[in-house]
Amino acid sequence: MAGNPRRMRPLRNLYAKIAAIPMVLTALVVFVGGTLWTVTYSFTNSKLLPKLNFVGLDQYERLWSNSLWLTSIQNLMIFGVLSLVLTITMGFLLAVLMDQKIRFEDTFRTIMLYPFALSFIVTGLVWQWLLNPELGIQEFVRGLGFTGFEFDPLSNPDTVLYGLLIAGLWQGTGFVMCIMLAGLRGIDEDIWKAVRVDGIPRWKTYVFVVIPMMRPVFITTLVLVASGIIKLYDLVVAQTSGGPGNASQVPAMYVYRYMFTAQNLGQGFAASTMMLLSVLIVLIPWAYLEFGGKKNG
Amino acid sequence: MTAATSISVRDLTLNFGAVSVLKTLNLDVAEGEFIVLLGPSGCGKSTLLNCLAGLLDPSDGQIWIKGQNVTWAEPSERGIGMVFQSYALYPQMTVRGNLSFGLKNAKMPQAEIDKRVARAAEILQIGPLLDRKPAALSGGQRQRVAIGRALVRDVDVFLFDEPLSNLDAKLRSELRVEIKRLHSRLQNTMVYVTHDQIEALTLADRIAVMRGGIIQQLAAPQEIYNRPTNLFVAGFIGSPSMNFLNGATVDGGRAFDFGGTRIDLAGYDGGAVGARDKAILGLRPEHLTITDTAEPGRTIPAIVEIDEPMGADSLVWLKAGEATISVRVPVERRPAHGAAVHLRVDIPKASIFDARTEQRI
Amino acid sequence: MADITSQIPASARSALGSGPRGPKPRRRLSPGNIMLYGTLFVVSVYYLLPLWVMIMTSLKGMPEIRMGNIFAPPVEVTFQPWVKAWSEACTGLNCDGLSRGFWNSVQILIPSVFFSIIVASINGYALVNWRFKGSDIFFTILIFGSFIPYQIMLYPIVILLREMGIYGTLWGLVLVHTIFGMPILTLLFRNYFSSLPEELFKAARVDGAGFWGIYFRIMLPMSLPIFVVAIILQVTGIWNDFLFGVVYTKPELYPMTVQLNNIVNSVQGVKEYNVNMAATLLTGLVPLIVYFASGKLFVRGIAAGAVKG
Repeated sequence: MAGNPRRMRPLRNLYAKIAAIPMVLTALVVFVGGTLWTVTYSFTNSKLLPKLNFVGLDQYERLWSNSLWLTSIQNLMIFGVLSLVLTITMGFLLAVLMDQKIRFEDTFRTIMLYPFALSFIVTGLVWQWLLNPELGIQEFVRGLGFTGFEFDPLSNPDTVLYGLLIAGLWQGTGFVMCIMLAGLRGIDEDIWKAVRVDGIPRWKTYVFVVIPMMRPVFITTLVLVASGIIKLYDLVVAQTSGGPGNASQVPAMYVYRYMFTAQNLGQGFAASTMMLLSVLIVLIPWAYLEFGGKKNG
Repeated sequence: MTAATSISVRDLTLNFGAVSVLKTLNLDVAEGEFIVLLGPSGCGKSTLLNCLAGLLDPSDGQIWIKGQNVTWAEPSERGIGMVFQSYALYPQMTVRGNLSFGLKNAKMPQAEIDKRVARAAEILQIGPLLDRKPAALSGGQRQRVAIGRALVRDVDVFLFDEPLSNLDAKLRSELRVEIKRLHSRLQNTMVYVTHDQIEALTLADRIAVMRGGIIQQLAAPQEIYNRPTNLFVAGFIGSPSMNFLNGATVDGGRAFDFGGTRIDLAGYDGGAVGARDKAILGLRPEHLTITDTAEPGRTIPAIVEIDEPMGADSLVWLKAGEATISVRVPVERRPAHGAAVHLRVDIPKASIFDARTEQRI
Repeated sequence: MADITSQIPASARSALGSGPRGPKPRRRLSPGNIMLYGTLFVVSVYYLLPLWVMIMTSLKGMPEIRMGNIFAPPVEVTFQPWVKAWSEACTGLNCDGLSRGFWNSVQILIPSVFFSIIVASINGYALVNWRFKGSDIFFTILIFGSFIPYQIMLYPIVILLREMGIYGTLWGLVLVHTIFGMPILTLLFRNYFSSLPEELFKAARVDGAGFWGIYFRIMLPMSLPIFVVAIILQVTGIWNDFLFGVVYTKPELYPMTVQLNNIVNSVQGVKEYNVNMAATLLTGLVPLIVYFASGKLFVRGIAAGAVKG
């Protein structure tokens, strides 16, 4: 009665484990390891090369007393809040319009979504040109006879963020619209029948029935858009290069400057650690809602 | 272990985290036997089948097939063929491709593959379909191909995982007969998982009724039907289900007291009843007869509530004290609504359970 | 393309494939309808104007641009700006146009798309069908990792690439794209493979197919649509990358986006807006072609990443 030898457990799924090596390395070495490495070196006074010469919170003190960093943070907050509120409201409203059984839905969606296929560099450069004060939209409207017309956001430190915002919205709202539309289509068709039987006006249905039902979609969108905003870099580089002066600097540019051009690595690491912290502020409540809530229901 | 044992499951345990799905389960299947694993969803019947197939690793215990310990063998090395509920045909391959995939993996010569495919196609009458893709087949044809895929492997053990659940009622009964015919022709061991008791009762040599990862009763269909080992099996098998009357056995176990009505237990087919203050009398609807006259010790008075004609038979629902009782009667002998009648009890076919242990006495 | 879409399982298709579910349509020319289509029209103009201006500007001569109207079509169509953008425009001292960036991008794109998709699809397959202890933990780290700002990993990767001897080379950038493409693609493939019936996998195992046999013979042939989605996602994503290109390559290997930015935002010389716009269009052309050719699959790609993420 010869039985097969009891196979060693680690050898089961051997190929799966080999196949997962890239994932394991990426997760552990790059994502976890890289993050810990940067956080650790943010407490050192590394200049041109990383050195383990700990100086406590020195880099962070210097960071928070650097006006360039403060401007960057302030810019990101203003841009971030406006961009979040506007992309999500506009995205939802457009999705509602698209969900009215309109004709040419595919055409409209193609038009609204194509900017999302373009890079931020292309987006930034196009809008830089459109907002050109001598030859762009301002000049066009003046040419129509409104000679006093002013529309030159990019030259003015107070308005440059709005110039970036116009471009950012142009690039990203189509994407949010698509997610929202998928969310709307996911709502049970019987809801619409029930609402019609009850005679509830359409706007009330959206506000009191549809939006609460789409809560998970809104939260996901919020997290996606927010984590994208924190990474904001290419658009600013292309459209304003951080100018005029330093009026449109953002944290990602600050990090790049200190890591790769100003040769002050410690400062760059401290700044990127602060960026990580801000992402965690967005991410942890979401993860809690998303995964902590599942256990209860 | 005798030579005639085909499958032997020994102390098989499977835990998913803290949940124990199979609890030191033992099962011996004789060669050529048709075993049905029957139970409600989550009872562990599919888990057991997947362990037999090698698709799930047990936490403890052993599985032997044809005298080989296959506990850690690959599914393809166990000498089994398997048929799935969703057919699981490879959509991109033709029927022929589906049938020969396993044989090609086993590096079998093409001539032998062709021979086996032809034989399976002949047995299952799917010859004309061989060059079609699964998408172009009907549900019944797909399941035939799925059976064929097990057939070409020329194995001793067939495993069926709810193979008929995705088919409509008519096709289901057709294929049920076909599987039975297949079994009598091939004479190989079959383990068949289902939650449908009709399939179990019609197909099985023996039925294993499972609940909570434990085999509750393993016996021939008639035995399970007539002498269910406990309340769960009694309630699970039979449609409409068995009537349960709560009462007590009195008079040293010679009678059953049910709300003042006494029923004589002479002729009960079971162990010594004894006096129990909490007992349950189980009566199948066809083991009761409606009469107009009371016979002391043999009848229960009841009031007719509603009846459900079902073609040849009618199911009559009556009220006897607190309890609701169903009785199967020929349709032409339906009593009038509200009539006060008496139910004669066929004690030799009844079951008595201890209300505390829920075991049959 | 219609053939590919029809193979997508109903569950995956339902999110976008089903028709509008909103209230019943109204009469053709009701005030509400005029408002609705009016709004959509205005919105469409906002979205289309930049594309229009890009094309028109790139076809005009500089004198015509200086005359003013940015929206007007060219009086005299010229392709000179396109030629110049492609082969003569200057970045710093080099004046060989965007063509170099284009070919760099192509060389980066092809291996990056190939490797990132191969790795992620096998990953997703292993995660669904061959789960082993800890596999879900690594996947969770991977997904959370995709939210970490790249900035925090920029320098450690510089060190990593330098140690491997591929810092500043195309292969270094290919590796970076494979790494950062992994979370979203693994998620995409994992979700797709888990939507396939598990019994198919079991049947294949009973038939004696192993890890690679099932992947290549059963899973791959069933997954063409999701591979197309992944290719769309990666081609646009990698083509549009700027940050990794700047950080991990040298000037002569800069991808097209970086070179474009350097051409347009260089401070020397007179600004040639027509050349700039031609260069911008050229850079945007690859993702635009992919977008217009792929239609609904592009939408599916971003929705798959977003809604389930």
